[in-house]
Amino acid sequence: MRALRSLLMHGAAGVVIAAGLAQSAAAQEAEVIHWWTSGGESAAVKVFAEQFEEAGGTWVDNAVAGGVNARTAGINRIVGGDPPTAMQFNTGLQFDEVVGNGFLRDLEDVAAAGNWRDVLPEAIIKATTRENKFYAVPVNIHGQSWLWYNNEVLEQAGVEPPSTYEEMLEVGPKLKDAGVVPMAFSGEPNWERFLFNSVMLAEGGSDLYLDVLGNKNIEAVQGEDFRKVAETFGELRDLVDEGSPGRKWNDATNMVITGQAAMQVMGDWAKGEFIAAGMTAGEEYGCTILGGDDKGGYMMGGDVFVFPQTDDPAEQEAQEKLAELMMAPETQIEFNKKKGSVPVRLDVDVSSMDICAQKGMAALRDPERQIPSDNFLTSPDMYGSLQDVITEYWNTPSMDVETFVENYASAMEAAS
Amino acid sequence: MAIALPLPARRRRLSRRLPVMLALVPAAFAVIVVYLGCMLWTVRLSFTSSRMLPILDFVGLEQYARLFGNARFLISVQNVVIFGALFMLGCLVLGFLLAVFIDQRVRAEGALRTIYLYPHALSFIVTGLVWQWFLNPTLGLQKLVQDAGWASFTFDWLVNREMVIYTLVIAGVWQSAGLIMAILLAGLRGVDEDLWKASRVDGIPTWRVYVSVVLPILKPMLITSTVLLAIAVVKVYDLVVAMTNGGPGTASEVPAKFVMDHLFERANVGLATACATIMLVTVIAVLAPWFYAQYGPAKRRA
Repeated sequence: MRALRSLLMHGAAGVVIAAGLAQSAAAQEAEVIHWWTSGGESAAVKVFAEQFEEAGGTWVDNAVAGGVNARTAGINRIVGGDPPTAMQFNTGLQFDEVVGNGFLRDLEDVAAAGNWRDVLPEAIIKATTRENKFYAVPVNIHGQSWLWYNNEVLEQAGVEPPSTYEEMLEVGPKLKDAGVVPMAFSGEPNWERFLFNSVMLAEGGSDLYLDVLGNKNIEAVQGEDFRKVAETFGELRDLVDEGSPGRKWNDATNMVITGQAAMQVMGDWAKGEFIAAGMTAGEEYGCTILGGDDKGGYMMGGDVFVFPQTDDPAEQEAQEKLAELMMAPETQIEFNKKKGSVPVRLDVDVSSMDICAQKGMAALRDPERQIPSDNFLTSPDMYGSLQDVITEYWNTPSMDVETFVENYASAMEAAS
Repeated sequence: MAIALPLPARRRRLSRRLPVMLALVPAAFAVIVVYLGCMLWTVRLSFTSSRMLPILDFVGLEQYARLFGNARFLISVQNVVIFGALFMLGCLVLGFLLAVFIDQRVRAEGALRTIYLYPHALSFIVTGLVWQWFLNPTLGLQKLVQDAGWASFTFDWLVNREMVIYTLVIAGVWQSAGLIMAILLAGLRGVDEDLWKASRVDGIPTWRVYVSVVLPILKPMLITSTVLLAIAVVKVYDLVVAMTNGGPGTASEVPAKFVMDHLFERANVGLATACATIMLVTVIAVLAPWFYAQYGPAKRRA
């Protein structure tokens, strides 16, 4: 009898404890879908994971390699009725339809409590709100118009670091003679589109860039300035090596890190790779904003996290906690140090970040230089169609500029 | 002495057919609802302006107009025709030759058969990746031969816009020839020994026997092989993604990849379903005459 009672008591205690554990485990579990799989990127997302765990939650990491794949997986999960707690998008119009169909919850409560409207740049607020409500939490601003270069390689070849595309074309032959690949390039369609937009901003200027991509002005596409941009873009083909088609962006950065190539045009997520390789900005490698450190347009991109609608109060609590923590000043600094981007809040102290981040923040303080990337300005359908035209042109050296301009204009008209 | 009276004819047929019909219900359900239903749904969506999610409006042939003005689509159609013709021809010819070779009672027949069939056990993704590494000019075959001494050897088809489709054919034939070999070998084994003896007595050269006697006997196997290969051609997507990702540029695009990209990343269900409908129409257009020839009125008369 006593044994039985003891057994029952222990059993009941066990059940209660298990229930309690299950309750608390379920209370703060957050499954996050993202595409940060390279060395530098994983180190950065760990910052969020560690902070969330410190705050009492459980971070369930769901990294999917490749931005397209991660977004596809996430959207299918949301539409299919089994949404993750949070998923990553790029800042801009990428998640428009997800919001439009009512799949996401708004973050007005968290935003009001954290004073987001006071600390974020105007362009970022516009990109993350719909009908004046926050639907996404921005976590960084990535500069996309950077040139990265290996100082040692440039010294050995006896060239100064270039800061415009014209200067790059000038130093190209000297670098080839020195036996290095002038520009490490990742020959995938989206990087070709990326390079073209960068040339359009740095050579054509912010007015042309905003007219073409922002206003979708066909006349600007058919004008003289756009033509020159297309010509310069075509000439850049001479600076890349024949193994570039299909190469991944971090493999190209690795070419610069190991000295096989001199420079790379890439967003500041490439800095994460340099950091992971133990290099210091300004010493082994250098960075320049294309068009000039003091006047080049700072093409802004970035990442946001969105939170699907859910009825589970524990999920909702986890989501609010995530949103709050991602925006916290200390988290912003730590995360962005590893990621290579700059904090999205304008009120944080960046003196502890490296010189490239300082250059970036300085550029951001000037509203004229805050240029949104094509993600902010055009739908996936449109920038996808333009991408097809650009990649066709890049990979067909015999194609003349007129044909390219015509194709670009028709693609812009056909898409919406 | 009781004589079992036969059931009236109608009742007998029904009672025998009922269990059969019941057994077929799940399969019929799958075919009607899933295959036919989804096909009709896809065609319906191609007449709408759906973006990421279906919208049931009606915009007529607008998506088709956009589709046929899309350079990437036109390239992908061209590619699948070239790939299809060469892939099927290559697999059939190579598979037949391998089967004939193995049928000659060679030693280590079992081992050779396994080796030739082994590529088929790999998924198209693995095949594509391996061939991509092998054909990459800076990593694979070209570098190997150049390092071995032939400094002017080039094999950069993989990054050459005109030739990249042929690299896909090479990888595809490498993968699937083994399967065709296995099917045709089974057929060859069924050819009667006496036929060979008779042809030797008559003094007919071996190659002639193969062409005029053996191939007609293998006709059912050849038809099976052709159907399997044709299905693989229409579906080809994972090989392209793993090997070239449609590149360089859009030179190795195929319709299946066009549909997938537009369904998901481009969030343009309308355009994707238009392309899928065109693929369906093409397949029906190719199959209909063949069905008519096989099962049409001429057959019934005979």
